[in-house]
Amino acid sequence: MTTMTEKPAFYVLEEEHHEPGGSTMLGFWIYLMSDALIFATLFATYGVLSSSFAGGPTPREIFELPLVAVNTALLLISSITYGFAMMAMQQGKLNGVRLWLVVTGLLGAGFVGIELYEFSVLVHEGATPQTSAYLSAFFTLVATHGLHVTFGIIWLVVMLFQLGQRGLHPENQRRLMCLSMFWHFLDIVWIGVFTFVYLLGVL
Amino acid sequence: MSASHETAPHGSLRAYLIGFLLSVVLTAIPFWMVMTGAMAPQVTAAIIVAFAVVQILVHTVCFLHVNTRSESGWTLMAFVFTAVMVLIVIAGSLWIMYHIDGNMMPTPEMIAS
Repeated sequence: MTTMTEKPAFYVLEEEHHEPGGSTMLGFWIYLMSDALIFATLFATYGVLSSSFAGGPTPREIFELPLVAVNTALLLISSITYGFAMMAMQQGKLNGVRLWLVVTGLLGAGFVGIELYEFSVLVHEGATPQTSAYLSAFFTLVATHGLHVTFGIIWLVVMLFQLGQRGLHPENQRRLMCLSMFWHFLDIVWIGVFTFVYLLGVL
Repeated sequence: MSASHETAPHGSLRAYLIGFLLSVVLTAIPFWMVMTGAMAPQVTAAIIVAFAVVQILVHTVCFLHVNTRSESGWTLMAFVFTAVMVLIVIAGSLWIMYHIDGNMMPTPEMIAS
């Protein structure tokens, strides 16, 4: 019989060694997966309301596919330029990292700029979020993605300052890897947007 | 536990280039099909949805470096779980809402016609 006063036979004297931030990557990945669920609900809403035009314009009347193609190209190229930044990071080339981050940021800014231009044209044509349930769902979905890209650019600029001050130390490398996942994740969401919203909408 | 410390989610230049080339092809063909209307709409729709699914997988493997080894397989586990949830949310919403739409009480216009 063991009693409460009896001492255990052995102890684990050493705490298991954890690097600081060792679980950050997995934690950030799980954040991205929860973000994917937010987008899933927005896609579902868009799908349910995809023919609730309320007498307003239909996707075929308002979408400019060439503009969407340019935007898609910008985001796709920004994915590979961020990849080049990660390659430069692996080789410890600080200037290479900064150069590719700047290119990535400019491509992202071009994407957001074109999207804002598209939105302004739509609003000017009278296709506002208030026009129909369809357009409410459209603006919510696409603008949520655009807002994510905007915050990605802000994060990218912050990283440029941190790299300028402290260089490629392990913490900055970890932050760059998280931003890499965030950026590539946004490109994946955009695949869903251009396929289901724009291409299937115009078809 | 040491396995999770060794993972380096940077990927390689080769993976990035393969992923990029595949993405360009998988993006260009759907845009070309829709903008030229080369095939029947149903065929086009089926093909562009299939291409989108493939492209999402290409990005996940080549750019996000999800594989069975990263973080001892937990990233893949989380990804598969999320994919199932996303499918349930989207397909379930569409299925239920269209059925509700079909079973709606007739509106005054429907009665009049």
